[in-house]
Formats: sequence, C-alpha cells, structure tokens
Amino acid sequence: MSDSTVAVSGAQAEGAHSGHHEHPPYQRHHFETIEQQMDATSFAMWLFLLTEIMFFGGLFTAYLIYRNWYYPAFVAGSHQLNIFWGTANTAVLITSSFTMAMGVWCAQTRRKGGLVLSLCLTLLLGLVFLGIKSIEYSEKIEKHHVPGFHYSLRSFTDPASDPEIYDQYHDKPLALDMARHTEMYFGLYFAMTGMHALHMIIGCAILGYLIFRAQAGDYTTGHVTFVENFGLYWHFVDIIWIFLFPLLYLISRHG
Amino acid sequence: MSSSTIVSLPDQSTARIPKVNFITKENGLLSWLLTGDHKRIAMLYLASITFFFAIGGALAGLIRLELLTPQSDLMATDTYNKVFTMHGVVMIFLFLVPSVPATLGNFLIPLMIGAKDLALPKINLLSWYLYVAGGILVLYTMAAGGVDTGWTFTTPLSTHYLNTNVLSTGIAIFIAGFSSIFTGLNFIVTIHKMRAPGMTWFRLPLFVWSHYAASILMVLGTPVLAIALVLVILERTMGIGVFDAAKGGDPILFQHLFWFYSHPAVYIMILPGMGVISEVISTFSRKRVFGYTAVAFSSVAIAVFGFFVWEHHMFIMGVSSYSTLVFSLLTMLVAVPSAIKIFNWSFTLYKGSITFETPMLYAFGFMGLFTIGGLTGVFLGTTGTDIHLTETYFIVAHFHFVMVGGMLMAFLSGIHFWWPKMTGRMYPEKISQLAALITFIGFNFTFFPQFILGTLGMPRRYAAYPAEFQVLNVFSTAGATILGVGYLLPILYLTWSLRYGEIAGSNPWQATGLEWQIQSPPLTENFPEIPIVDHDAYDYDWLERKHEREREVTSV
Amino acid sequence: MSAPHEHQHQHTKDNDDATHDDHLHIVPPRTYIIVGTILLIFTALTVWASYLELGVFNPVIALFIACVKATVVVLFFMHVKYSSKLTKLTVGAGVFTFLTLIAMTLADYFTRAWGRW
Repeated sequence: MSDSTVAVSGAQAEGAHSGHHEHPPYQRHHFETIEQQMDATSFAMWLFLLTEIMFFGGLFTAYLIYRNWYYPAFVAGSHQLNIFWGTANTAVLITSSFTMAMGVWCAQTRRKGGLVLSLCLTLLLGLVFLGIKSIEYSEKIEKHHVPGFHYSLRSFTDPASDPEIYDQYHDKPLALDMARHTEMYFGLYFAMTGMHALHMIIGCAILGYLIFRAQAGDYTTGHVTFVENFGLYWHFVDIIWIFLFPLLYLISRHG
Repeated sequence: MSSSTIVSLPDQSTARIPKVNFITKENGLLSWLLTGDHKRIAMLYLASITFFFAIGGALAGLIRLELLTPQSDLMATDTYNKVFTMHGVVMIFLFLVPSVPATLGNFLIPLMIGAKDLALPKINLLSWYLYVAGGILVLYTMAAGGVDTGWTFTTPLSTHYLNTNVLSTGIAIFIAGFSSIFTGLNFIVTIHKMRAPGMTWFRLPLFVWSHYAASILMVLGTPVLAIALVLVILERTMGIGVFDAAKGGDPILFQHLFWFYSHPAVYIMILPGMGVISEVISTFSRKRVFGYTAVAFSSVAIAVFGFFVWEHHMFIMGVSSYSTLVFSLLTMLVAVPSAIKIFNWSFTLYKGSITFETPMLYAFGFMGLFTIGGLTGVFLGTTGTDIHLTETYFIVAHFHFVMVGGMLMAFLSGIHFWWPKMTGRMYPEKISQLAALITFIGFNFTFFPQFILGTLGMPRRYAAYPAEFQVLNVFSTAGATILGVGYLLPILYLTWSLRYGEIAGSNPWQATGLEWQIQSPPLTENFPEIPIVDHDAYDYDWLERKHEREREVTSV
Repeated sequence: MSAPHEHQHQHTKDNDDATHDDHLHIVPPRTYIIVGTILLIFTALTVWASYLELGVFNPVIALFIACVKATVVVLFFMHVKYSSKLTKLTVGAGVFTFLTLIAMTLADYFTRAWGRW
C-alpha cells in the first residue's frame, strides 16, 4: 500500500467545487459525473421494481394456493371472463410497451417529435386498456360477481341460467360447496387486476407529465434518464399483465 | 487500567466548533424541512424516533405496572391488549426498524464511503415524510381508541373479530413500510455507485456492509408485508375471502406473508446494530476487526438465510410438519453467521489495547445480551421445545434480549460513539458510563426473570396471571424502572451536551474511518475534496503515519 | 447498426453528451419491432393453446409462454441484455426471492396433509 494522503482535512473551503469540466444542467451536484448519476438512478429504479415484484408476489402466492385447492371453482370463474377483451387488452398493453420502447429510443437519439408522438400513443393505449378493463368490471358488477357485495352464485350452481357463457363452455353445475369458492376466485381477480390497474393509472398520470415535459424539449438534450426509468416501470406493469392474463383468463378454456 | 483512555480532545481553551458546518449552513425551520442533506435528515429522524421511543417506552411502563399484581387492576383487560399492541407497533415499526439505519446509517454511510450525499437525497427526505405520516396515523389510532390485534395483526382476529382501528394501523404500517423501503433502496444504490476512488468493497467499514445487508432485506421483504396488509384491509372492507376460513380462505396464509417480512425484519433491526458494534469494538481495542471478510460475508449470509426461516414463527399454528422440519433446520443454520460475528468480535478483543469508554461498555452489553438472546432463539427454533416455550414469556424475553439487549444497546453505543461527530461536542463521560451500567443492570432485572416465567408456563399477552408468578413479575417491573432511568439519563445529558459538552475536535477516538478525518460537525457536502482511499478499514498504522506527517508539516 | 448519432463522440471520456457508447446501448427500432411482433404472436399462441385439451400441460404451457414473453420484455424492452452485470444480478435476485416466497409457502400447503390420512 502506498502511503499517499487521504485528501481530507478540516479545511473549511466549502463549496470549493472540484469542477474538472462543465456539467450539464441536469446533473445533480452531489454526483461526480453524469454517468454516475445515470447509473445510480437506473439502478434505483431496478431496485424499486424488485419491491414491486415482491408486492405482487404475495398475490401470486395466494392465487396459486387457492387455485390448487378449488380448481373447479377457478375454472368456472375464469369462464366468466371475456376472452376477447382479455386478449385485446394483452395486445393493447404489448403494443403500448412497444411504443414506450420507441419513445426511449427517440429520446436517446434526440428526436423530439417522435418522442412526443410515442408517449402520446403509449398514453392512449394505456387509457384504452383501462377503458376495456372498466367494461369487464361493469360486466362483473351487473352479474353480482363482486365479492362481498351481494355476491351471486347463480351462474355456477345453475350454469344454464347464464346462457352466454353456458353456450360456450357447457359447464356442469358446481356443488354449492365448491360454487361458493368462486367468490375467492373473483376476490383474487379483483385484487390482482385492481392492483395492476392502479399501477396503470399511476403510469398514465406520470405519462401525462412526461408528455408535457417532452413537449418543452426537456428529454431530447441528452437527459434521458427519466424517460428510460419510466419505460422500465411501464414494461414491468406489462410483465405483470403477461402473467395475469394466462393465470386468470386461460385456466381452462376447452369445453 | 480503568484510567487509561484513548480520548484525545483539542485544547478546550482555544478549540471552537467550526463556524461553517451542516447545522449552521442555513437557518430556519424550512431549511430543515426541505433539506436534501443526509446529515440533516438523519437529525430529523433522530428527533422523531426518540419521540416515538418515548411513547413506546411509556406504554412498556404501563404494561409492567399492570403486571405488578396478578389481577388486572390498573386497566381493563381489553385496554391492556391495546397497550401491548401499541407498544409493539410503535417500538417495532417506528423505532427499531428505522433506529440505526435511518439515523446513524443515514448520517454515516456517505461519510464512510467518501460521498457527498446519498444517491437520492429527495427520496431520502420523502422517506422521512412517509415515516412521519405513518407515525401520525399511529398517534391518531391511539387517540381514536387504539387497536388490540397484537403487532402481528393475526388473522382472523384482525379481520373478523375485532372492531378496533385495524384499518388506520394497517395503513400507517403500510406507509411507514415504504419509508423503510426507500431508505434501504437509497443505501444500496449509494453503496454501489457513490464510493470514493480507491474505496473498494473490502475496504468498506463493516458498518457499511451490515447496512448493505439490512437494506437488501428492507427492499425485498417490506413489500410482502405491504401486500399482506393490503389484503387484510381488503378483507375487512370488502370481504374478498383470502384470509376468511368461512369462504375457503386460509388465515395461516396471512402469517406466511406477514412473517416473510417480519422475520427478515428482525435482521433489519439487528444487522445495522452489528455494524455499530464492529466499529466500536475495533476502535476501542485498537485492532483491525478479526476476520474482516468473514464478518462482512456473515452479514450477507444473515440477509440471505433470513428469507428461509420465517415459518419458525408458525410451528404451533397448524402448518405442515414436514416443512416444519426444513424450516427448523434452516433456523439452526442462521445461527452460524451470527455466531461468526460474536466469535470474531471476541478475537478482536483478544490482545487488543482495550479501553472502556461508554460506547465500548454498551458494546460489551450487546455482546453478552445478544448471545443469550440468540442462543435462546435456538431453543425456539427447535420444534419440540418450541411447542412448550412459544407464546409464553420465554419468547418475550428472547426477543427483548435480541431487540432491546442487542439492538438498543447497539443504538446507544453508536449514538455515543458518533455523537461528537454529529454535534461536535462530547457527552459527559462519567455519567454516561453510569447510564450504561444502569441500563445493563436494569435490563437483566427486567427480562431475565421472564425466561424463568416462560419456562414455568406463564403465557404472554394476558393482563392477569396466577399468583405464584408474582415474585418474578415484581422483579421484572422493578428492573423496568431501573431500565427507564437508564434510558432517561442519555436523553438528558445528551441534550445538555449540545450546549455545554466539551469540544470534540475531528477525531476524539483516534478512529480510522473516513468520517473521523473531517471536521465535526461535517460540512454540508461532507468533503471539500473527494478523498482517494489507499488503505484498508481499521488500519491504525495508517492513522499513525498520517498523524506523523501532520506533525512534520506543522514543525516545518 | 443504429442511429448515426452515437458514434460521433465514442469513448471520449468526460464528454457531456448522454450518448456514451460504453454506458448506454441504444437498441435499434428494428429490434423493438421484432420483439413486439414476437410478443403478439405468443399472445395468440397462448390463447390458442388454452383451447386444447392437454391436462396438466395446459397450465405448464401457459406459464411457459408467459415466462418467454416476460423474458423477452426484460431482455430487450428493458435493455437488460445490454446492461451491466449489476442489473442482471438485480433482476436475478428479484426472481429468486419471488420464487422463494412462492415455493417455500407452497411447500407448507402441499405437505400439510401428508401422513394424515
């Protein structure tokens, strides 16, 4: 070990900024270099996504346990979901992930018009997703399939009373005991998709802000971190849906 | 021998606190409330956790007072339930979890690694505001009549059988949890990305290593608690059924999710304390911590193993006996890294030049009490003995030995150790040594009898108990009074020292950490010039050489 | 391979441009288009597979396809393929802990009834 100094002393030369070169305006002053800032913020975003993984992890655990326990109820419950809307929503969300990725690319290559367009498309697709989700939710509300609020077992104990679904799947009536557990399915359905939708709503709100700032040209001068990190968030929400879709909609679609 | 000391203070007649430092930089309440400076945020945290510690302590006092007699005479039994619940909630979520990381960690990590601040100063401030928001909600809960689920929110008690303020407490813990997540996230990013040139991973002080390990637990564990609480809230408000046996749900699932966080949470609480002890033991025995690498990796090992043992909280709750076997074995394994630490600290002491300043006294207290607390944990991790001992006072004694005897001792040790750095002034040595002694004696009087009570079969969480347990309970309550004095003293003399303490100078302990090489209190951005590190942690020879060089410079 | 921009100030340390090649890999739009198409195809595939009668393999296939899709999103949309080892490790740690939570909790549920019938 060499014996050179640790260059710290009781000197009071505060603010003696060791400015070895000009900093871009968006560099926070406690970082030494802009690379350090970008590295740090992107790493922080990844760590935040880890917490999100674990947050949804609790829901997935609950889902897996009850799906194993009450498989017939989960099948009957999933038949109540509209596969057309579900698939459409998956496609919408994947496309929005694509436009978001394009937005990041536009920011990186400093294409302001492209960035604003991509972000607007992403926001639009996000809103379409939420719109479709609300159509699906209202179907459940009409059929009294919201747990805890006058939950109705009729579609499960007497499937023929629900011709729309019955014509497709010809479900056998469930015993009352098992039919009651469809409430658990819908409880998890609403908890999981609701939590996902909440993330979408937050994402859309941030997107609005991003569009506003992008319009002002804030992200096309080299400061891409915020757009990139939001992109990570948006793709993460997409991934959650990629798992929710088969788990909730596609349990067993064959007759 | 007891007169020997390493304290070296500047000449008091000429010494002054540096005019420019992070405290004097700006004035006014707003400059504190909107600050991004990690040191100021640490001070905000210190004030707020002390406040909540006082509340939690007062509640503990009420519990011990009630248990002075076998009947429930001081308060009604349901009031007692609320008191011990609030004691647990306040102490765990508002004191123990943030105590060392959010105050000392916040203050010291950037200093120790040679950075100007934490990587995300605004997130750091946000985390304090979330903490305060959570704290205010807990205060609201208390004002609104409290909650009596126990700090564990056990279902179905919390979802179906109680009509107390479960919702507001749940939301409070949810919010406070995010405060902890953001602190942990900030630490991990800072330790990875903000180290000064030359500060390699194996030159980091062990304090930083243990905070790194604890931060991993905060980031990965806390969200699971959050979702567990969200599900409890949904269960209470909408009845979604996941924890409702009547709807086919499993109340034990809640416990899985809850303990998936709350067992690692024990390590979130103790690991930063272990970091403090490493620093203190090394400084006051003038030796590099024995087996530095082993101690560093044992922190990470505790963090990793910490995720594999949660079910030992649930052995008697109807979980599978096969998974019980696995979890019991894994629980034994987690004792290994803890033991590595204790052994290595002991070897560090061996042939060291030990001095007995207050931080060292607390550190000794930690080592003894934590060892007892840890070993009794092995009894509880053993499936057979667990059935007899769990839910009795044995378990109360066990976790108070770890949390109070371990963590609180470490916290006090650290506060005394870095007080000169944080404030620029020394605390009064003699009275603080007395306080350390009082705390140790009071602690043992309070909690040791509870081991015996538990073994004899006194269940926890009841306001009344059979008369034959009274003698030991009186011991315990008397001890709690002594302990109370032990905690009151530091609050008084540390406040006193803010104005009247001796000027500490930059390095009163002759310690090697980077934080000791700058003025106390430090400047707003810590280092006028980012240091270049060329020596390992705890290199006392390096410090000698540095002093020699400085002497040469002055003599020239 | 990508836009003309980022080759201009390559590897000149301390330049203040955001486009440091060693630091920030710009994924070309072509990759995004391919990835997006793959994701849509796999979505169709998983819906189609769910209508087949495959017994226990129905959920296996559904989850497998979901994992493939998620991996593709993580690697390309989220740039992990081009990111530092630290980022890869972070993703790995997240997946590992997630699986720990699920696997060890389910370990209790699946073995609860053993030896009790």
